[in-house]
Amino acid sequence: MDMHAAKKKMSLKEKYAHMTRGLDWETSYQSPEKVFPQASFEGIKIHDWDKWEDPFRLTMDSYWKYQAEKERKLYAVLDAFAQNNGHLGVTDARYINALKLFLTGISPLEYVAHRGFAAAGRNFPGVGPRVACLMQSLDEIRHAQTQIHALSNYNKHYDGFHDFKHMLERVWYLSVPKSFFDDAFSSGPFEWMIAIGFSFEYVLTNLLFVPFMSGAAYNGDMATVTFGFSAQSDEARHMTLGLECIKFMLEQDPANLPIVQKWIDKWAWRGIRVLTLVGMMMDYMLPKRVMSWKEAWEIYFEQNGGALFGDLARYGITVPKCITQCTIDKEHISHQAWATFYQYGGAAAFHTWMPSDEEMDWLSAKYPNTFDKYYRDRFTYWREQAEKGNRFYTNTLPMLCQVCQIPMLFTEPDDPSQICYRESDYEGEKYHTCSDGCKAIFDDEPQKYIQSWLPVHQVYQGNCFPEGTDPTVAGFNPLAKVLEWYHLEHGKDNLDFEGSRDQKNFDLWRGMATKNT
Amino acid sequence: MHIDLRTVAIKPVRQTFDHIVRRFGDKPASRYQEGTYDLQQTDIFHYRPLWEPELQLFDKRRSKVEMKDWYALKDPRQFYYGAYTIARARQQEAAESSFEMIEERGLADLLPAEVKQLALDILVPMRHVEWGGNMGNSYITAYGYGTAITQPCLYHAMDHLAVAQYLSHVGLVLDGAEALDAAKEAWMNGALWQPMRRHVENVLVVQDWFEIFVAQNLVLEGLSYPLLYDYLDADFSANGGTVISMMTRFMSEWADETGKWVDAQIKVAAAESAQNKALISDWVKQYRAPVLEALTPIAARAFGDKADSVLSEITDQFNARCTKLGLVL
Repeated sequence: MDMHAAKKKMSLKEKYAHMTRGLDWETSYQSPEKVFPQASFEGIKIHDWDKWEDPFRLTMDSYWKYQAEKERKLYAVLDAFAQNNGHLGVTDARYINALKLFLTGISPLEYVAHRGFAAAGRNFPGVGPRVACLMQSLDEIRHAQTQIHALSNYNKHYDGFHDFKHMLERVWYLSVPKSFFDDAFSSGPFEWMIAIGFSFEYVLTNLLFVPFMSGAAYNGDMATVTFGFSAQSDEARHMTLGLECIKFMLEQDPANLPIVQKWIDKWAWRGIRVLTLVGMMMDYMLPKRVMSWKEAWEIYFEQNGGALFGDLARYGITVPKCITQCTIDKEHISHQAWATFYQYGGAAAFHTWMPSDEEMDWLSAKYPNTFDKYYRDRFTYWREQAEKGNRFYTNTLPMLCQVCQIPMLFTEPDDPSQICYRESDYEGEKYHTCSDGCKAIFDDEPQKYIQSWLPVHQVYQGNCFPEGTDPTVAGFNPLAKVLEWYHLEHGKDNLDFEGSRDQKNFDLWRGMATKNT
Repeated sequence: MHIDLRTVAIKPVRQTFDHIVRRFGDKPASRYQEGTYDLQQTDIFHYRPLWEPELQLFDKRRSKVEMKDWYALKDPRQFYYGAYTIARARQQEAAESSFEMIEERGLADLLPAEVKQLALDILVPMRHVEWGGNMGNSYITAYGYGTAITQPCLYHAMDHLAVAQYLSHVGLVLDGAEALDAAKEAWMNGALWQPMRRHVENVLVVQDWFEIFVAQNLVLEGLSYPLLYDYLDADFSANGGTVISMMTRFMSEWADETGKWVDAQIKVAAAESAQNKALISDWVKQYRAPVLEALTPIAARAFGDKADSVLSEITDQFNARCTKLGLVL
């Protein structure tokens, strides 16, 4: 009876192809080179954009439907969290410092990812990758905003969150993540996809996003962990896009292989250096720890990453060449980074502290080869000094690596008692890097990395004081002026956790919420 | 009646972030404010882009329009991601149920042949114009200045993709996959569509992002949407084509809503300086002519001998709208 039954129902794949892939056309009133001016300068050759396999097939109407449902749920939880003083449910106020690192160092980068994926979504000549990149651009602004909204309530009650955009552009350690994204966005669209789409979103996301969100779950932070669950399916989409992109580039032309391999080597190392901050967060900043940095590295990079690179081997791709160095570093970097932040705690926008005996025992157990041998005595000494009223703060500034911009705190691969320095000459100047990995990146593109805005150099050049500062007046305190320029409130945002306003307020408010006096 | 639940009251240390306080004072801020203002980096960049080494990553010099504060261009809808997706999800639900009903009951088969053919000839090829709108707005999202305007431009870009997909769906409902092939052929080679395709391609190579905003979001949309989704839509309804109206309801609602946002941007930018006003007015004049030229054969196909009067009414309404926004045409 039904005459429409004769019409064949289209498969989802066919329907998506009609709705999306057919939209594009080859321009003739304007040349394709003018319409897509960034398509070829990086040397990647693409012969047939139609060979692109869409990694997910979402039309806009289904995108809105799924995402709106997630947004409704997320904001209901955030409202309830704010209404019921959810921040008092976290394990310990020290935990909140991990969130400060996240909001100042990561959320603004979600924003840059949004802009960069919009650019990729305009610049690729193929409709398939363009639509996928635009959806990711939309997801990334979601992540920037939902993180800001989730942490907004913490900002109302705790220090260190209050001027995150201003700080990202200026504060010394925040130039590490900022320069990473500036580097990727200032490259071409294909390198962007390897840097962010593949290395960051695929290879490293389990070591960045997951530790923060699991940390939130373990430490009673319902706002952040709800954001994490809500973003999980977005992240899964981003991972498939990154993987599809690299496979597509490798399948299109054999000449793409050396370029892609070089980018993988570069961005794996760039990313791993940024992860130093995450390692430190996992081992030192979470009162209730999820796992050690070393364990996370072994599971998510050595095992999962190993399988991934095994899969890519058929294209001729090899494991990033930094892997040997990383295997040594996994035992050290979190301790070295925390030691550095502890000493420079006067110039950081979060609180630092030395681990308790119980925490040091945990670290010994997790790092049997290194913690007791190289770090425990130093940490114990600092703690004893602090207890005697001699909390140690260094008043000088560290030398920074020209590429990753992390202070020179890493040690020689074969000698954990020697700081590692590398040096390159370029146009009559000397440039310093922290490792063979960063030196190789510098030497390959020196004209790019000589442009780095290195916070410490800038301080010494006098570029980091508030307008109208006169450094010649008697009793001039350069560090105080730099903090003022950072908008970092001395005595509130910085220094030891012990005695901080955060610590006092948390105890007071938790008392109000749980006791009757 | 009123009941009073008691909660433990804690006095917060501050109400919002400092960059919001500097703009609006220390009081509770909206999610739109916290998710929009000053989010884009402005001050310190590490490397010059390989693709445009003479400029910074985010750089005001990518448009000739100048604003003391680019965040003056706020969105009257206050769309942040959550508000945007929730608003669109509601609209898509209505559209989805219309399409479902039409497909389940075979309502498209009841359309008069000439109405159906008109929709195939005019509406379906517009999907390519919409795709051009997506490209222009994603360019603005990438290279524009200040989250207040770049953020809604991404929403606008995705809306254009959605409209392109709704129009594709209209084609599939009316005549299956062949409808899309025929529309593509008309777009590439049919005489009716060449002036429009030439115009769309010319806008794809414009460098100044605010110029694209004017050319695409004000002029092209301001002239083509009333033609298709008011005038032609009224004709469809009058001639037994309500089914078409049901399938394009999203577009007419969307044009109303987004038109208000576009107006707010143009009005504020033009009011900023005589120079902006002259620049934007010139762009409107520059792009109005080729758009009207491109719409002429389309209007002739749609309205026959009424085409001239329809186009001149639309042009008058458009000119009045621009004058109201402070432009001089």
